[in-house]
Amino acid sequence: MTIAPSQPVAAAVASPARDFAGAIKDGLFAGLIALGVFGPLIGFKTVVDMQNRLILETRWGLLASIVLTVAAGRFLISAYQRRRADTPTAKPAFVWPAAVSKGLPPAALLVLFVYPMMIYGVTGGSGALKWIDNFGVQILIYIMLAWGLNVVVGLAGLLDLGYVAFYAVGAYAYALLATQVIPATFPQLGVWAFWICLPIAGMLAAFWGVLLGFPVLRLRGDYLAIVTLAFGEIIRMVLVNWKDFSNGYEGISTIPRPSFFGIPFNASDTGFAAVFGLEFSPVYRTIFLYYVILCLALLTAWVSTRLRRLPVGRAWEALREDEIACRSLGINTVNTKLTAFAIGAMFGGFAGSFFAARQGFISPESFTFLESATILAIVVLGGMGSLIGTAIAAVAMIGGTELLRELDWMKLIFGNDFDPAQYRMLIFGLAMVAIMIWKPRGFVSTRMPTAFLKSRRKISSDLVKEGHG
Amino acid sequence: MEVFFQQLINGLTLGSIYGLIAIGYTMVFGIIGMVNFAHGDVFMVSSFIALIALMVITTWLGVGSIILALLIVLIIAMVFTSLISWTIERIAYRPLRGSFRLAPLISAIGMSIVLMNFVQVAQGPRNKAVDPILNTVIILFDNGTYAVTLSYKQIMIAITTAVLLMVFWWVVAKTPLGRAQRACEQDRKMAALLGVDVDRTISVTFVMGAALAAVAGTLYLVYYGVVNFADGFTPGVKAFTAAVLGGIGSLPGAVLGGLLIGLIETFWSAYFSVEYKDVAAFSILAVVLIFLPQGILGRPDVEKV
Repeated sequence: MTIAPSQPVAAAVASPARDFAGAIKDGLFAGLIALGVFGPLIGFKTVVDMQNRLILETRWGLLASIVLTVAAGRFLISAYQRRRADTPTAKPAFVWPAAVSKGLPPAALLVLFVYPMMIYGVTGGSGALKWIDNFGVQILIYIMLAWGLNVVVGLAGLLDLGYVAFYAVGAYAYALLATQVIPATFPQLGVWAFWICLPIAGMLAAFWGVLLGFPVLRLRGDYLAIVTLAFGEIIRMVLVNWKDFSNGYEGISTIPRPSFFGIPFNASDTGFAAVFGLEFSPVYRTIFLYYVILCLALLTAWVSTRLRRLPVGRAWEALREDEIACRSLGINTVNTKLTAFAIGAMFGGFAGSFFAARQGFISPESFTFLESATILAIVVLGGMGSLIGTAIAAVAMIGGTELLRELDWMKLIFGNDFDPAQYRMLIFGLAMVAIMIWKPRGFVSTRMPTAFLKSRRKISSDLVKEGHG
Repeated sequence: MEVFFQQLINGLTLGSIYGLIAIGYTMVFGIIGMVNFAHGDVFMVSSFIALIALMVITTWLGVGSIILALLIVLIIAMVFTSLISWTIERIAYRPLRGSFRLAPLISAIGMSIVLMNFVQVAQGPRNKAVDPILNTVIILFDNGTYAVTLSYKQIMIAITTAVLLMVFWWVVAKTPLGRAQRACEQDRKMAALLGVDVDRTISVTFVMGAALAAVAGTLYLVYYGVVNFADGFTPGVKAFTAAVLGGIGSLPGAVLGGLLIGLIETFWSAYFSVEYKDVAAFSILAVVLIFLPQGILGRPDVEKV
């Protein structure tokens, strides 16, 4: 909001000594603010002592080091900026070379397909398990969820903060069908449970999507966000409290794992390893799960790019841009919104059912608001509507926080009490804020039009009105 | 009948806490049209600051008078929480002003995660309980089996809320600062053209909202006597519900909405089931938004054609 041109002029006139004084002032001020912000919560620690009473401990050293770091950091940034202000240079916008932007999707796809083999080759049997599961499968689940939510938020512009509800519907649908219904009715179908329940879970989630969509058709933007958030919380609280149905906080365990099209992954004679003449190892199941979720994610991407070109997809994008114009042109906004909710929810349901099958155990703890926020953050950080951007964001955010679990060597520097994993979410939150400030439009901030006249040119996403609902 | 009166008292107490948080949501939404997701966590942080201040004052400095101690705690919590909120606005929201709508929302969600995990890392994940304060009760009437009581802390909460609401209402309605706020709410560009410092006004709005959240946080600590790092989310969502219910952008609406949510929640717990009280509160939000999108005291949205 400040008027920019006056600043470089003033800085150019000021002498280096005054710049330096100004930077010191900035640093001192930042230190003072930091003292106020961190003082109570870092300076004092509330501890429960042996008599179960709350006592206070002080941590002046830690507080001082934080305050000094902030002050020094602010001083350096300020000094650097004041020096730079003398010689204003326009930075040319970074553009990917055409070869890179064209070749990236197929190259990424190839890497995705060979990733488990590569890891298996590099680390051998036992080490591969962690890398394929924690990084491969985990990230792919989020990529799939983000691509599913992208239909609702990125294409149709409906801000949905309760997406995790559909994920929960899918997970519980599979868990309940596979542990209760199938053993009771068709026990011989047990090995096929996952493949039977996957479409059912998707359909149930889509049904819930419509159920949520109907009452909120009139709402837009932030109001829609809040109602969907409330919906997600309602689903979670029902799962917590309706113990007969969902077993409450204890969750559902012993959920059957998916089979290789009827061949279970176990050490028996009819198991996967024996049938294919391999030595038994849990890594085969993980690799299989990896390819299942990869295919599900690619299905999501394929369906959503296809739908974008169909009338319904164009109606979604038109709806995002201007709802009133849509109505004037005779687009049925009710159906358009409901299909967006239903299709987005269906992919959430698929992902949920895969999640239940992979974990073997689910409880309401896995379906908190934080999950919805994470998925939405990945969609926005990636650049809404961009599939490749979303995938990059998922790798960066989920892979990045998973990597923090691997930082055990830091204990050598900071002592044994230091647990890097507990800073995971703190850093995750800070990264969300930082990326938004750095690139408010996300990683990929241009997109290709679906329909065009004469020539197909990139559109800057500054012209796109996502989120207005 | 006795149960009804008891629940009425409890509901109004809880509702005034929600109302105080709701004002922060309603003012920020009114001026910059943004749901400040971190507000619930600012409330939780203020509760922790109040806890630490209370312990420093009573056990270290040995202030004997509990009323005096609470007054000092209240002021300390308000000052530090306002500073934190001011910093958050400066770091996470101001650079995104004028950017597209979802950016500040994501930034606010990020800030909410940061605050929650900062408190978890700094103070530990366990519940922190203080000794009960002002627990003496006045028996209003007693029919032999059930006594309707009013505790000193409920009286304190009612008085504090009432006094602070008067002060803030006066600030918004009568002072130049309040006039600047209302001008920004109507048309930010026009206000800037007429010499209102918009950035400063927005900062002040955040500070005022945080100060009221700090009052709520202190009262919450006194009322329940226990606080946890994850305690910000649910009261935050309920306070936002209250703000929407009352008509977002309207100060009396926020208080009214807060009282209603508090009453609905306590009556639901008393007459139906404790487990589903949050479900009831959130369902009401959805129903109100669907049938009365502008809330009880809000102005209807003018749709531009």
